[in-house]
Amino acid sequence: MTRDWTDRTIEEIVGNLLIAGVLLSAFVVAVGAAIYLIRHGLAPAGYHVFRGEPSDLRSLPGIFHSALRLSGRGIIQLGLVLLIATPVARVAFAIWGFAEEHDRLYMTFTGVVLIILLYSLLGSGSAF
Amino acid sequence: MNTFEFTILVAMGSFVAGLLGSLTGLGGGVVLVPLLTIFFKVDIRYAIGASLVSVIATSSGAAAAYVKEGFSNIRIGMFLEIATTLGALCGAFLATRVSTRSLAIIFGLVLLYSAYLSRKPRTPEERNLPPDALATRLRMNGSFPSEEGVRHYNVQRVPLGFSLMFGAGALSGLLGIGSGAVKVLAMDQAMKIPFKVSTTTSNFMIGVTAAASAGIYLNRGYIDPGLSMPVMLGVLAGSLLGVRILVKAETRVLRLLFSLVIVGLGAQMIYEGVTGRI
Repeated sequence: MTRDWTDRTIEEIVGNLLIAGVLLSAFVVAVGAAIYLIRHGLAPAGYHVFRGEPSDLRSLPGIFHSALRLSGRGIIQLGLVLLIATPVARVAFAIWGFAEEHDRLYMTFTGVVLIILLYSLLGSGSAF
Repeated sequence: MNTFEFTILVAMGSFVAGLLGSLTGLGGGVVLVPLLTIFFKVDIRYAIGASLVSVIATSSGAAAAYVKEGFSNIRIGMFLEIATTLGALCGAFLATRVSTRSLAIIFGLVLLYSAYLSRKPRTPEERNLPPDALATRLRMNGSFPSEEGVRHYNVQRVPLGFSLMFGAGALSGLLGIGSGAVKVLAMDQAMKIPFKVSTTTSNFMIGVTAAASAGIYLNRGYIDPGLSMPVMLGVLAGSLLGVRILVKAETRVLRLLFSLVIVGLGAQMIYEGVTGRI
């Protein structure tokens, strides 16, 4: 059963990819958290009223700029974007895996999932 | 309460939610939103955004453990993810139109239903089913190692499973939960996929489903870094610890207690939604 073996290899690589992505994003979030708490730790907390995030924390370019300015909230948001990107990378990787197996049908299915994910991340917001 | 105290308390609450969620297999996301809205008075939209992020973290974080078991079926997962991600997009768009009161009531009902599902005895597995034409064409049938050697299974009722998965995705996008219970229901009950394969494949799918709605939530400004940070780190730490002690712990009593907590939170969410306090 070579097919099973190949599926298994894909899954193992994918599993490691996911772990690496989560740990990296947790690290970035923790760095941002330290900066944020040192600067704003004593400010009153309140999420009772919904205001929505400012535009620089909503769009990918805005988040990158904000993180480059070493804003704590911007760095946390960058970590969260990395986290959201891990399953997307996983799907992209699966396309490659199915291509190795010459499985056209599943390359198509996985491609559809990837397009939906990219649409959600890049195409749906007013910020773009 | 200042930001520092708030962060510590939310992180501790999320840690416990993640730990209990992974120990009982009921997921931490279901209790996070009620925890944040009822006890921390967080607006439900911020709570859903933060919960969604933590769902991705737990799903990906638990993946290594599941992959080692070698039960998940990547083809079934990928095919059904078309349904869950489309559902998640619809759910996330709907969430921006629905009032926060209705969100709270729907959330409460889902909590009650998932508590019911977790108490319901599982129907015995049907084995050696004949191959289904569509599932065979989609090359979904598979095998996995069991105590009695390698077991083959034939997937059934693909269209029904696909529709249920759309529903699971919509709930996930609307409420910021993993909706693992509905996913397992679709695979285990409707498609007759062995339970072990269903749960591990479901865990794999949860992260992708959540990512589909997380993009929309991010663009709409529902994901607040100050709130999501303690939630994500707390839940991740709790669930990673939960996976490690899972083998040793006796979870029957814990499951019962956690289901009671879920019923209580569900009732409270419905009450606050009806009386307009959310």
